[in-house]
Amino acid sequence: MRLDEQTRPDFPILQRIVNGHPLVYFDSGASSQKPRAVLEAMNHYYERSHANVHRSIHTLGEEATELYELARDSVQRFIGAASREEVVFTRGTTDGLGLIAETIGRTLAKGDEIVVTELEHHSNLIPWQLVARDRGAVLKAVPVLRDGTLDLDAFDRLLTRRTRVVAFAHVSNVLGTITPVTEIVRRARAVNALTVVDGAQAAPHLRLDMSSLECDFYVFSAHKMLGPTGIGVLYGRRAVLDSLEPGRGGSEMIKEVWIDHAQWNDLPWRFEPGTPPIAEAVGLSAGIEYLEKLGMDRVAEHERALTRQTLEGLARLPGVTVYGPPLPAERGAVVSFAVDGLHPHDVAALLDGEGIAVRAGHHCAMPLMRRLGVVGTSRATFSVFNSPDEVSLLLATVAGLRSAL
Amino acid sequence: MSAATPSAAHGLYSDVIRERWRRPRHRGDLPGANAVAEDVNPLCGDRVRIMLAIEPEGRIAEARFVGDSCAICTASADVLADLIGGRSRDEAMALEVADVLGVLQAEIRPTRMRCVTLPFSVLAKALGVAPATGHPRPAPGSRAPLQ
Repeated sequence: MRLDEQTRPDFPILQRIVNGHPLVYFDSGASSQKPRAVLEAMNHYYERSHANVHRSIHTLGEEATELYELARDSVQRFIGAASREEVVFTRGTTDGLGLIAETIGRTLAKGDEIVVTELEHHSNLIPWQLVARDRGAVLKAVPVLRDGTLDLDAFDRLLTRRTRVVAFAHVSNVLGTITPVTEIVRRARAVNALTVVDGAQAAPHLRLDMSSLECDFYVFSAHKMLGPTGIGVLYGRRAVLDSLEPGRGGSEMIKEVWIDHAQWNDLPWRFEPGTPPIAEAVGLSAGIEYLEKLGMDRVAEHERALTRQTLEGLARLPGVTVYGPPLPAERGAVVSFAVDGLHPHDVAALLDGEGIAVRAGHHCAMPLMRRLGVVGTSRATFSVFNSPDEVSLLLATVAGLRSAL
Repeated sequence: MSAATPSAAHGLYSDVIRERWRRPRHRGDLPGANAVAEDVNPLCGDRVRIMLAIEPEGRIAEARFVGDSCAICTASADVLADLIGGRSRDEAMALEVADVLGVLQAEIRPTRMRCVTLPFSVLAKALGVAPATGHPRPAPGSRAPLQ
């Protein structure tokens, strides 16, 4: 059975009729839909076990704490982390990147250098701009080549003995480019720089293994991978996490507190101030279990087939431009395109008229848009519930767009 | 599945919007403009630049616009340029989003209202009366109801 045939009954929202048409949801790259298992797990938690975690000495508190910490174990297994201490829950990718930028930022000196890339989402650019401004550090960007890949020769030239951080996306949210993480990490490590990987567009689609990627930090969100909004993960290599002072303070992250100082809690709680998103952790865990049951290799293969079908189909349409690495390069489940004579927002609105949800605009990657020489693009992204028939409908509808306005 | 021709979005893309998008009447540079402003819609990156030729006594002799903008924003800018041509600064400033919406005759959803209002904030900037940042909120009642 094809993956979408197996999964579609699990997603209640796919019953929606939008503008008179069955919903075709191609915007999982912004936020995916949720299977019933995730919704029920969160509901069940709230109906049966909700309490605050860790310091509640009563039955519900113990249940909530156990469920919350079990979710950490799910994440550890899902990403191949060496230990559960390496899994820090955040509010999402933006929060995780901000947290790690602030935390590393405190260790930077004037003249230290931060390297990002031109294809970063603003969430992996702005926090570094703020840090660079505060610390007098220098921010550099690896250029993107015409085929949508990173210029690794230029990257080598940007690395110096002052490079302290290299922050980059695993999968571009615009171009679908899969960056060579292990190679970038190897080169960064040669100059003793820390590596921070934005995995928002990778975690839902690729089998992850932190022990083979070898990056220092890896950040992603639950809501793009079938889980709820409001929770994400910051993976940090234990030795590195242990060496860092917490970036943010509050309850939970301390062992003992005096008026003028405090002793930090153990990992991972040292980086989790305040009441965490507990129900969301339960939902994330259910989402991970759902993906694991499908098998991440099968998920990747399904989405690769949809991406290929879309790329090949759009390439045959006159007046349609497709961005990103051309086939047969391996890509994430992202296809950005433009239709001659139409603004990306109008493309999205016209497709919405047919019940097809795509994203349009700058995709929070304005420097990349500038590099591409466009204001924005239209973007289709795929998930486990999308079908080849839906892609065929997208292609047929895009083919008719040029006469639509 | 059969090939589809987009049709359900027709309420959004009225005939006026289509016509103004295909053949805007006031798009292009205005040599000799003496009041110029430009702004960006942070939601989508759209950029509109409005150029005004204002006579010494304050009448707007001509208004033109350029920019990277969607059909709705382009149509809004074009209609706005129509409405302010020949008017005094005060009359131009008194125009409301509802005046342009009345011409566009389209069902503009809340998510696209910014496309309509961007030219207004640019105009206000060009006339030197706008705050440094931010866009005017659509007038109460001018928003389509949430669906």
